[in-house]
Amino acid sequence: MFRLEKRPVPSKAWIIATPVLAVIATMIAGGIMFALLGKDPVEAIRIIFWDPLFSEQFASYSRPQLLVKAGPLILIAIGLSFGFRAGIWNIGAEGQYIIGALFGAGVGLAFYPSQSIFIFPLMIIAGAFGGWIWAMIPAILRTRFNTNEILVSLLLVYVAEHIMAAMSLGLMRNPEGHGFPGSRNFQQYETAFNAELIAGSGMHWGVVAAFIAVIFAYITMSRHILGYQITLAGQAPRAAKFSGVSPNRLIVFCLGISGLLAGLAGLFEVAGPAGQITTSFNQGYGFTAIIVAFLGRLNPVGILLAGLLMALTYIGGDLAQLMMGLPAPAIQAFQGMLLFFLLAMDVLSNFRIRLKKQGAA
Amino acid sequence: MTENLLEINGLTKAYPGVVANDAVSFAIDKGEVHALLGENGAGKSTLVKMIYGLVRPDLGQMNLLGKRFSPPEPRAARAAGIAMVFQHFSLFEALDVAENIALGMENPPKQRELAARITKVSHAYGLPLDPHRLVGDLSAGERQRVEIIRCLLQEPKLLIMDEPTSVLTPKEVEILFQTLRRIASDGTAILYISHKLEEIRNICDSATILRHGKVVATCTPREKSARELAEMMVGCTLHEPLRQAVEFGDVVLEINDLNAPSRSQFGTALKHINMNVRAGEVLGIGGVAGNGQEELLAAISGETTGKAGTTKFMGQAIGNLGPNPRRKMGVLAAPEERLGHSAAPDMSLTENTLLTAASRQNLVKKGFVDWGKTRKFAKKIIAEFDVRTPGAHTAARALSGGNLQKFVIGREVMQNPRVLIVNQPTWGVDASAAAQIRQSLLDLANNGAAVVVISQDLDELMEISDTFCALNEGELTRPRPAKGLTVEEIGLMLGGAADLEAVNV
Repeated sequence: MFRLEKRPVPSKAWIIATPVLAVIATMIAGGIMFALLGKDPVEAIRIIFWDPLFSEQFASYSRPQLLVKAGPLILIAIGLSFGFRAGIWNIGAEGQYIIGALFGAGVGLAFYPSQSIFIFPLMIIAGAFGGWIWAMIPAILRTRFNTNEILVSLLLVYVAEHIMAAMSLGLMRNPEGHGFPGSRNFQQYETAFNAELIAGSGMHWGVVAAFIAVIFAYITMSRHILGYQITLAGQAPRAAKFSGVSPNRLIVFCLGISGLLAGLAGLFEVAGPAGQITTSFNQGYGFTAIIVAFLGRLNPVGILLAGLLMALTYIGGDLAQLMMGLPAPAIQAFQGMLLFFLLAMDVLSNFRIRLKKQGAA
Repeated sequence: MTENLLEINGLTKAYPGVVANDAVSFAIDKGEVHALLGENGAGKSTLVKMIYGLVRPDLGQMNLLGKRFSPPEPRAARAAGIAMVFQHFSLFEALDVAENIALGMENPPKQRELAARITKVSHAYGLPLDPHRLVGDLSAGERQRVEIIRCLLQEPKLLIMDEPTSVLTPKEVEILFQTLRRIASDGTAILYISHKLEEIRNICDSATILRHGKVVATCTPREKSARELAEMMVGCTLHEPLRQAVEFGDVVLEINDLNAPSRSQFGTALKHINMNVRAGEVLGIGGVAGNGQEELLAAISGETTGKAGTTKFMGQAIGNLGPNPRRKMGVLAAPEERLGHSAAPDMSLTENTLLTAASRQNLVKKGFVDWGKTRKFAKKIIAEFDVRTPGAHTAARALSGGNLQKFVIGREVMQNPRVLIVNQPTWGVDASAAAQIRQSLLDLANNGAAVVVISQDLDELMEISDTFCALNEGELTRPRPAKGLTVEEIGLMLGGAADLEAVNV
């Protein structure tokens, strides 16, 4: 029999090796699933992982999509990772993303058709503020009344969705839109449009913000006392209190930063790739980012890679549906497998496997 | 065969990286109280676990009453007549005594029958116990009685006791010893594990001493002095803590009518605490854990804050300040729980240095951590306090209890505190490390700091305190000079044993 034995210190080598192993295991298990569905497994894996980047036929379309999709995921996940490390669970990034988009778009639309160069920066500030203020609701309820931030932040997602629907049908509806729901499209409002910075790359200001967030998070986590306090509070809450960390200040900071980054992601999305507020503007980035944060081990560099990988499976999955007629649930199961194997392989970094010996006496 | 009850021959058990038991052999006679002595990590618990069937040996064999004995699981050991009282009780607070005992039995009799048996056995052994009381309402001493009675009901041939006196007041210890003698006189052998050498000299007929997993000596403890026993355990000469006579300076720490709520469900609120500690003074606070010790430490460290005037440092009101402002002034603390309170288990020693040393050692500049300086300070603590570890990058949980405790105490001592409060500074720490920690506390006082030591170990408190007081149910007794206090007087101060008189049969 095998036996698990706890390592005194988590293995550094395995922390790096497990994600790679998990991807390989997913390819094998997923391949078996695709084979059982009667599709060629090798081709399916190739379409998911290889074609979006390197196929001559699709890469010109799907390569920029990689950054477009990964940008908001990374931006939100970085924000969430602060709280998750401290044991503060913001599950409502989707709501903060929506409210950020509404605030940012609202500011932009309010100045239509002004051509001032200050409009786009102002929208960025408004977007960040919107996400932040939405996250402050669970933060203040938690610190004042000790409510559960998981529930409050999650339920506020549905509130945000309703506000968004009301906005796209009412206040923000495009007056020249022939009565269709949805705001003006920022593509037709150049001053406020979050355009591609390099044509054909998918790189827009949101992706830049995501990269900056990664660097900012990396420095905070490894060098700043705040990063230390966050990690300490997550690992040993009593020790954190003994050390002089105020739990309430930490809650406000962690929820605030995650709301702020989610709001930014929403603004860059509405002003760029999405173009307008509609009833179905949100695509679940806020929830997927939770997976990305954990896939990346709550580590900024890990999140960067995890965001790209996640985006790749989305684009590749769409492509596989289109090209091979794979059902959408199969793609979702495939993505689920990836998460499953990653978490399962995690055991290896904290434990080592030993053959069980029989007692001699 | 002889009178040997249990014979152990060449038991060996290796864990990755360490041989916990290396060819251990000894024998226990019927009716004998046999001590198992050794420092932490000497292999006592591994040995006992093998006897109790929790761990299987790699090599060697055991004979019980001349027959081969290799219990695959505790149930088999119990069936063969081995019973064990663990250091940490496994009782359900919400159930009554009889229900708790029934839970530990293979075939429990009817409750009424069991209750009658409990009353009978407990009186027979001088440990009166009401079978219908809730365990949550019992004191630590009474809870231990439940565990002992649970074992005695099995009519064991061998009773194993792991550090039974660590939670007891002197009066309770006395009662326990009377019981143990009675049990032994009935022919039951007792394997007694303890650190406390005076106790072992008092009650044990013979002793086996383990060091680094090997039997290094067997002796009759009564014929040896406590010091000789300790030196056999440690394998080197022990230095008694040195205390220079110093004149006390001004009052440094002043507590005035301090009240604080309980920190946990089973903690105790502090009631009207008053105390003064002068520069150069070591104040020892005795008492059984759970009587407000944690709360008192938290109130002085700044983890719980209250009205400003309740706590004063050099005349300045600090009762409303958090831990870091207090640290900056020089009020430092080391809580009892090493893993999770005074240190973060998964963090390295360097990171754990930052835990309390950040403000006083200027390890943080403009919000950014100076990791180089922090590492240097961590290495200094490791060197100065002889912390055995591969390096400052090691995770705290990888250290043994004694080494981590040396680190935690060292971290505070090396910051030159004006006031230092420690809770159970040598709990679960081996003799040589304990001596070293006590010496460092005395040195600190010699250099003019005010030191408060909270401990359950009265020998320790008598050894190092200038002034002694007891904490009982959240109230602090009037402090008295430690020199010349008798065990009876201390017992009265602790007060907890008043309702636990032995029944004379």
